[in-house]
Amino acid sequence: MSKFTFPESIRSRPIYGTLEARVGPAHLLVADAHGAEAILDVATPQMMEKAHIIYIPKGEDYEDKLRALKPASFYSGPSYPAAEPRLRKALADAKMGLQVYLAGTEGLMGQAQNAAMAAGIPHTAIQTEHRGSIARRMQCVHCKGITEEVETDPFVCSHCGLNLFVRDHYSRRLAAYQGVRVDAEDPGNVPTPKGIYE
Amino acid sequence: MSGAEKIAVTVTDVVPLNDLVTRFEFKRADNGLLPTFSGGAHTVVEMRDGDITRLNPYSLMSDPMDQSRYCISVRRDDEGRGGSVFMHTRVKVGDEMVISYPVNLFSLDLRAKKHLFLAGGIGITPFLAQTKQLERFNGNWELHYACRTESLGSYVDELTSHHPNETHIYYDDKKQMIDLVNLLEGQPLGTHVYVCGPKGMIDWVRKTATNEGWPREAVHYEEFLAPQPGKPFEVKLAVSNKVIQVGEHESLLEAIERAGVDAPYLCRGGACGQCETNVIDYAGNFIHRDHWLDDDEHAGGQKIMPCVSRFEGKTLVLDR
Repeated sequence: MSKFTFPESIRSRPIYGTLEARVGPAHLLVADAHGAEAILDVATPQMMEKAHIIYIPKGEDYEDKLRALKPASFYSGPSYPAAEPRLRKALADAKMGLQVYLAGTEGLMGQAQNAAMAAGIPHTAIQTEHRGSIARRMQCVHCKGITEEVETDPFVCSHCGLNLFVRDHYSRRLAAYQGVRVDAEDPGNVPTPKGIYE
Repeated sequence: MSGAEKIAVTVTDVVPLNDLVTRFEFKRADNGLLPTFSGGAHTVVEMRDGDITRLNPYSLMSDPMDQSRYCISVRRDDEGRGGSVFMHTRVKVGDEMVISYPVNLFSLDLRAKKHLFLAGGIGITPFLAQTKQLERFNGNWELHYACRTESLGSYVDELTSHHPNETHIYYDDKKQMIDLVNLLEGQPLGTHVYVCGPKGMIDWVRKTATNEGWPREAVHYEEFLAPQPGKPFEVKLAVSNKVIQVGEHESLLEAIERAGVDAPYLCRGGACGQCETNVIDYAGNFIHRDHWLDDDEHAGGQKIMPCVSRFEGKTLVLDR
């Protein structure tokens, strides 16, 4: 099961859709882990002739299936930071009309969207589809450090060690949700961590 | 009073450029400074022609940072309702006029990495201000300007001498045409395209950009609709409790104003949405001409944009 229905929330929270094939002279598809399933669903032979797939497997076994789509260019890398220079180069070389498809975890989509926006694509023109882990990329509002793959609420900031409450307040600029100290009023009174959507 | 704030000005220069286009320069009547504006802004010029007051929008074409004067260029339209002919034949140096504060419905998206300007005929005017604005910031821009003939190519000499590398001119009578598909396909990521010209040109650019995969947000266009004449009709204004007649050569908005009812407006060209008016009751057909309401709203019979749209039928009651 790679699909999850996020509960309704505040306006700040990103809403993901379902990828659809669009017209354009080139297609850039970026996915991690189960996000590969969304690429497999949307890919057409015509799209793949002009497609560049950037994939981060995170231990999932989709690489052969993605290669079998015969995209014009395929890259598989160990992490988003490792893949990012390639993504930025692809965006820097791209012409207008490039279609961007992002699929997988929120952290991957948020960061890739950020890179595409910096390259000049309006965020509303970037397609996204959530698949796989529901972990979040969180920024500590106190020390500003980013903690990746946060699955519980509250969680401990990986930089300053504060106990942080997981908010739905999201920043496109940072590609992260906001984490706020949960025991500021009563230090040490930290609720038992549970899954974010439990 | 509706509309943008007003400025009393003096006409300080009238320069015929060619058979169709004349430039007008305005300075503040009190010799003060005019507001700065952003490239793409227009001003609404009030023309007092006997009993008729016309309010026509014209793009400001002077340097947006030059507070000493505003310039507009007016193309004479002999088929129109008389505003441009009034400007050409009646307005003289030294005349006192009233214009509105600048309003911008066609501004640059400054997030763009590059600005691609496509002008047709008198549609060049907003780009004259926008290029001056971009030059101050060393902006990246390129202009493709289609004119009917060399003699009707307003500002071609100025553009090609000041910006020889950025300016590309196309003359219809020499069968020169913008190679749009190639032009759009070659643009670097982050380019925004802006088109101002006849409706056919705007439609062509928007459609081609969509086919080439350009995001809607990167395609900007401005088309001032002049109100079209039509059959006279009667309207009841429910709030002010008046029944008014809309004449053949006036717009519904002008008729409402003539009756002394203050109605909101800004662009008077069907684009900005300010004059949107609720319909209380009707029996007949709307002639919607605006770009503001969507197709469902046009079909719905609940709203009308009185600056450009008309009505044919027995009864029209407006919430005004």
